[in-house]
Amino acid sequence: MKNKSINYFKSILVLFVVLFTSISCERELSDDKSPLEFSSVGEIFTDDFVGLGSNFYFPYGDSKFTAFSVDRTEGYNSNASILIDVPNAVDPLGNYAGGIFRIDGDGRNLSKYDALTFWAKSSQGVIVGEFGFGEDFFPNKYITTIRNVSVGTAWTKYVIPIPDAAKLIQERGMFRFAAGTQGTNGLGYKLWIDELKFEKLGTIAHPRPAISNGVSRTVNSFIGVTIQIADLKETFNLENGTDIDVFPAVGYYAFRSSNPNVATVNANGQISIVNSGVTEITGNIGGTLDPVTNEFIGGIDSVDSITINSLGQFSLAPVPTRSPNNVLSVFSDAYTNVPVTYYNGFWTPGSTTGSADFSVNGDNILNYINFNYVGTAFTNPTLDATTMTHVHFNMYVPSPKPANFDFLISIEDWGPNQIDNGGDDTRQQIFVNTNQVPADTWITIEAPLLLANRNNIGLIIYENINGSSLRNFYIDNVYFFKN
Amino acid sequence: MNKIYIKIALLLTGFFVVSGCSTDEKQTVTTKLNLVFEDEFDINGAPDPEKWAFDIGRGPLNDGWGNNEQQFYKSENAVVQNGYLIITAKTESVGGVNYTSARIKSRNKFEQKYGRFEARIKLPQGKGMFPAFWLLGQNFCEAQTFTANNVICDSSLPNYEEGNVLWPQCGEIDIMEYLGNKPTEVFGTIHGPGFSGGNSISKKYNLTQDRFDTGFHVFGIEWTENHINWYVDDVLYNQITKADVEERGGKWVFDQSFYMLLNLAVGGNLPGSPNSTTTFPQRMIVDYVKVYQ
Repeated sequence: MKNKSINYFKSILVLFVVLFTSISCERELSDDKSPLEFSSVGEIFTDDFVGLGSNFYFPYGDSKFTAFSVDRTEGYNSNASILIDVPNAVDPLGNYAGGIFRIDGDGRNLSKYDALTFWAKSSQGVIVGEFGFGEDFFPNKYITTIRNVSVGTAWTKYVIPIPDAAKLIQERGMFRFAAGTQGTNGLGYKLWIDELKFEKLGTIAHPRPAISNGVSRTVNSFIGVTIQIADLKETFNLENGTDIDVFPAVGYYAFRSSNPNVATVNANGQISIVNSGVTEITGNIGGTLDPVTNEFIGGIDSVDSITINSLGQFSLAPVPTRSPNNVLSVFSDAYTNVPVTYYNGFWTPGSTTGSADFSVNGDNILNYINFNYVGTAFTNPTLDATTMTHVHFNMYVPSPKPANFDFLISIEDWGPNQIDNGGDDTRQQIFVNTNQVPADTWITIEAPLLLANRNNIGLIIYENINGSSLRNFYIDNVYFFKN
Repeated sequence: MNKIYIKIALLLTGFFVVSGCSTDEKQTVTTKLNLVFEDEFDINGAPDPEKWAFDIGRGPLNDGWGNNEQQFYKSENAVVQNGYLIITAKTESVGGVNYTSARIKSRNKFEQKYGRFEARIKLPQGKGMFPAFWLLGQNFCEAQTFTANNVICDSSLPNYEEGNVLWPQCGEIDIMEYLGNKPTEVFGTIHGPGFSGGNSISKKYNLTQDRFDTGFHVFGIEWTENHINWYVDDVLYNQITKADVEERGGKWVFDQSFYMLLNLAVGGNLPGSPNSTTTFPQRMIVDYVKVYQ
């Protein structure tokens, strides 16, 4: 708001709009009005919210709901802005600020714009986790996000390129944000956002869509496996000559399998392997796949690809036969699993292990890649295995198995304080040597539980030891049991 | 309420009148219409040898053309294809540097005093890209030697021509220069005795809602005995007069014939080196070059 009179002007405008609407609306709009009739207004917040309706703020469930407000004293060349008051990490009401602004009413036709832009500043220099748009909580089809955004203490303009505006003909998800205190030692800060709007900049260029984070890769796999394409990214060049990575939802893409007889790929980016052989999966933003020629028409092809090397039939791990009454399952489709915090903590720095989990005919399998060590955690709550006597794993090492294979499974109890390395931890080690593990076959690892205290199990750790160069293995049917 | 509304109405009316005036004002961008040189690049292959020659290598002193540029110019990197002259910069180690590109010139083939020089070009993208469409005075000395810590115009060399002088005495008119990491900005510059290099007379032009590396734009000058005008597309963005130059203590050396150059440099003092975000090959694509009197 530049001055008071403009505020009045706005009120008058609103009054006129209201009057006009109430006079001219002689009949209800039908439900099947065409996309062109949806509002193409780009502004979301200028000096106040524009056309979002009354009930538009939806915080994320675990965030601090009250973090969002409108600041009537600060603004970019004005005295109003969106204020995100990011809480301290220990705030009992939530340890971060995050949510969406969703239009309370019909969506907008944003097809004439090429970016969401806004001005922002912070009470201290911070790296904000995520800004974006396209999130409406259902179906979130066109979520678009920029990550790890550096926000300083001076007003700066931010640009989020739209991957394919032609798809945004009825979009309700105007804005999304997630800001925590990972980079500020858990201390909160204020984040102001102003002049939030969709714009046609005309200066966004050189779009480069990717389906594998920009790096082509080959995946050895099997008939019946389904693989979700997950590393979607599109890089654009901005007016200032710098590149920006945008993370688009799968809904923007068309996908192609060069040999659908080996694997198909659906609109959701799910690759289904149906035969042995090799096929290359590519993506495209803005175009469509011609079903006759199996070639993309229009749009821009991904700069990378995923080559599927299907090795043929996959044998599933032996189906567990123990009674569910005698089992605490960590990872198995045969049982109901206990609450697990994660199957890969992506511990950095140190762990190189990635996850390329897959399912074969509905049987989910953990697939650790680039392995050195990785953990499965139970933190909320820790696992009480007091009544259990043994632990069970199925493991599969695909060829080539390294000659220096040497593998250790550790089970950690975090003690009464339930804190990792809290001084009262105990640990059991289960060594798996190379003779136990032929390649390309499921083996069963069972060991008695030797931990005296096992009512606060916090971690199961898998690791290479003695220089073992194992990089890839599958895990299934991880459970504790009693005989 | 009423009073406020009237005030706003007046304000709006005022605004409308002001903006109406400025849009009605029509700029006269070009006046010289007599076409005297034209290359539409219609014949595939090497650039027309009747019109263009090549500069090869890293400059007469092998120093990156006086600017520490990091490309080696080869004739192979300029080709005419499908109606365009395409100058390609690529990674290729030749002559001690890691990039090759091309530079063509109309020296001794087409030279002219005054007139309108214009080209339609799509520019490359990325840090380190440094293309130009420019003019040099016809007496520019290519027969340079480095001796006793000085560059001299060496009459003993075979490419010496009578009356040659060193830069900047010969004069230079940069119709368009551009840095690949500033995709919305070009600049027009003159160099001469007393106003060269960092003291040259220059002005930037910024596109709005568009970029120079995503489509073709027209870059031109109109040059008379008293001034030089620079334009991009239909926008006249600078005029430098003889009086401007002389007020700065410079000498107006723009009363002789000049020849044209088109080149794509890589790296050097002004653009800086390519970085990890620069992709190769990069291309400067020229749709046409036209000169009017």
